[in-house]
Amino acid sequence: MSRLDGPLRARFRTRIPQAWRTPLGITGAVVALVWILIAVLGPALWPYDPLTQDFARLEPPTGAHWFGTDELGRDVFTRVLAGARVTVPLAVLLVGLSVVIGGVLGLAAGFFGRWVDETVMRVTDLVMAFPTVILAMVVAASLGASLLNAVLAALVVSWPAYARVTRGLVVGIRQADYVLADRLLGFSPLRSLGTDIVPMVTGPVLILASLDIGTATLLLSGLSFLGLGAKPPTAEWGSMVATAIQNFDSWWMGVFPGLAILTVVMAFNFLGDALRDALDPRTAGVLGKAETR
Amino acid sequence: MVSSPLVRYLLRRLGVSALLIVGVTLVTFVLTNLVPGDPVAANLGQRAAENAETVAAYRAHYGLDRPLPVQYATYLGNLLQGDLGESQQTHRPVLVDLQSAVPATLEIAIGAIVLSVLIGVGFGVVAAVRRGRLADSALRLVSLVGISVPTFWLALVAFYVFSFQLDLAPGSGRLAPATTPPPHVTGLYTLDALLAGEWETFGDALAHLMLPTLVLTLYTVGLLTRFTRSAVLEVLEQDYVRSARAKGLPGRTVLFRYVLRAAMVPILTVVGLAFGALLSGTVLVEEIFSWPGVGSYAYQAASHLDLPAVMGVGLFVGIVYLVINLIVDLLYGAIDPRVRVT
Repeated sequence: MSRLDGPLRARFRTRIPQAWRTPLGITGAVVALVWILIAVLGPALWPYDPLTQDFARLEPPTGAHWFGTDELGRDVFTRVLAGARVTVPLAVLLVGLSVVIGGVLGLAAGFFGRWVDETVMRVTDLVMAFPTVILAMVVAASLGASLLNAVLAALVVSWPAYARVTRGLVVGIRQADYVLADRLLGFSPLRSLGTDIVPMVTGPVLILASLDIGTATLLLSGLSFLGLGAKPPTAEWGSMVATAIQNFDSWWMGVFPGLAILTVVMAFNFLGDALRDALDPRTAGVLGKAETR
Repeated sequence: MVSSPLVRYLLRRLGVSALLIVGVTLVTFVLTNLVPGDPVAANLGQRAAENAETVAAYRAHYGLDRPLPVQYATYLGNLLQGDLGESQQTHRPVLVDLQSAVPATLEIAIGAIVLSVLIGVGFGVVAAVRRGRLADSALRLVSLVGISVPTFWLALVAFYVFSFQLDLAPGSGRLAPATTPPPHVTGLYTLDALLAGEWETFGDALAHLMLPTLVLTLYTVGLLTRFTRSAVLEVLEQDYVRSARAKGLPGRTVLFRYVLRAAMVPILTVVGLAFGALLSGTVLVEEIFSWPGVGSYAYQAASHLDLPAVMGVGLFVGIVYLVINLIVDLLYGAIDPRVRVT
């Protein structure tokens, strides 16, 4: 509990720069920045149009087409770059929604305790008892295949993690002296929540969340791979890998979009790993999973 | 009457498990019914779906014409009698479908979890002991890459390289096309082949298992390496470990008798979680290797809104999850006397 009091914020401020100084942390930061730039700059970087078809079908990588062309003659390099504008923003959206829903429920569970806590925690148990992909698959299939529905489906499985982390943090803070002092001052529970608890919890949860963008990318592209997310002709990495199965000889069609997913996920995992070490140099433990112990 | 505390504990756990299973069915049922998808449209052809009589007959056959609470109650009633309903896709009882799909998945999942525990825990211990050295950094890189690789992509690449280009691994499926499955005993082809003494079939089944198992292993190895490292590091800092060292016990004894034993509890929890992750991974991997397991079945069921089949898969997964948790909790007691049921 003491770790969550005052010093935590100070630690976030002073330690983060140091975290980036590990080779993996720096690599992660650079790769993540590059992908964010690619997503922001978008068409300015594309040598071709990602949707324009051409007679040069299934061409292996050449000087003109760095990553070759796909079954409809579209430039794979351009489509990989364009994919950054599809999956990454959706991953951010997914993480954001999960933080809001999980955070609010976790706050309620941790702050009010009793039956609210029981109910929320048992529901998270239930959802977590399901393997993520299978549950998301059911939801995505019932909603119909679309990228936004894939996000909703993934949301169903991803909010409980945040509810648990938030609840854990709140339970730790709730008994802190300054929160108890609120009651002496005659604060209403809601005011106490707003002034002293939410600000303390926000930082750690947001940092955890930003590192989860990688995992969210993995889940969303997995759903698209199964045909439950992006629909053709959208340049989405997971569905590009899926079309590569039907064109087995053209290895470039699947390899490059997969590498894109891999590098994005890896960048965020590298960053997260470096950050965890900086925040908890003793064990380099796993922040978000502390509950599972 | 029931005197042994362990028996009482097990009975209580079973009661809670039964409730959770009902919860799992309820969640699946609500999710699949709340959403706008219509199983009629998903399973009948377009012409059939326009024929009001066919649709009504279809709905009546699967009980879809009754109110939802009644449907759910009927399902639970049938479930108590071991009837999981009939798949709208295969037109076979879900139980029969699962009986052929489950062993196929278990065969990969068991192999993968055994390999992952051996490799992952080993890696984690090495990384913790050699903390900050080259081995630690190298293993950190391996584990971080392991948890970052999209499984479906790795499966595709592995299949392309080892099966298609190098011809080191057989093609998709559980057996070569010309091979007949061994006589059914457990449904695990490798084990059944051994029991029947069919060595060639055994070799073939094993060869087919290799790639999907290894692909699934990578992710879990990454997960377990990271957890084991942090669990072992945490114990290494304890005073009693320092005392053990100070009184001159050999490093090996300290590591295995003092450190690993204490670190095993959190590691076991994660192994349980990792098995769940493995089951998720099989969905994506089975698709690529045309593996007729639960993952493929779940995918078929979900994409056709085949409610009984989806519920069946949900039940299977829920039961596996509960059983694993129970085993993990019982193992805690075996490792750590403080949490033993007395």
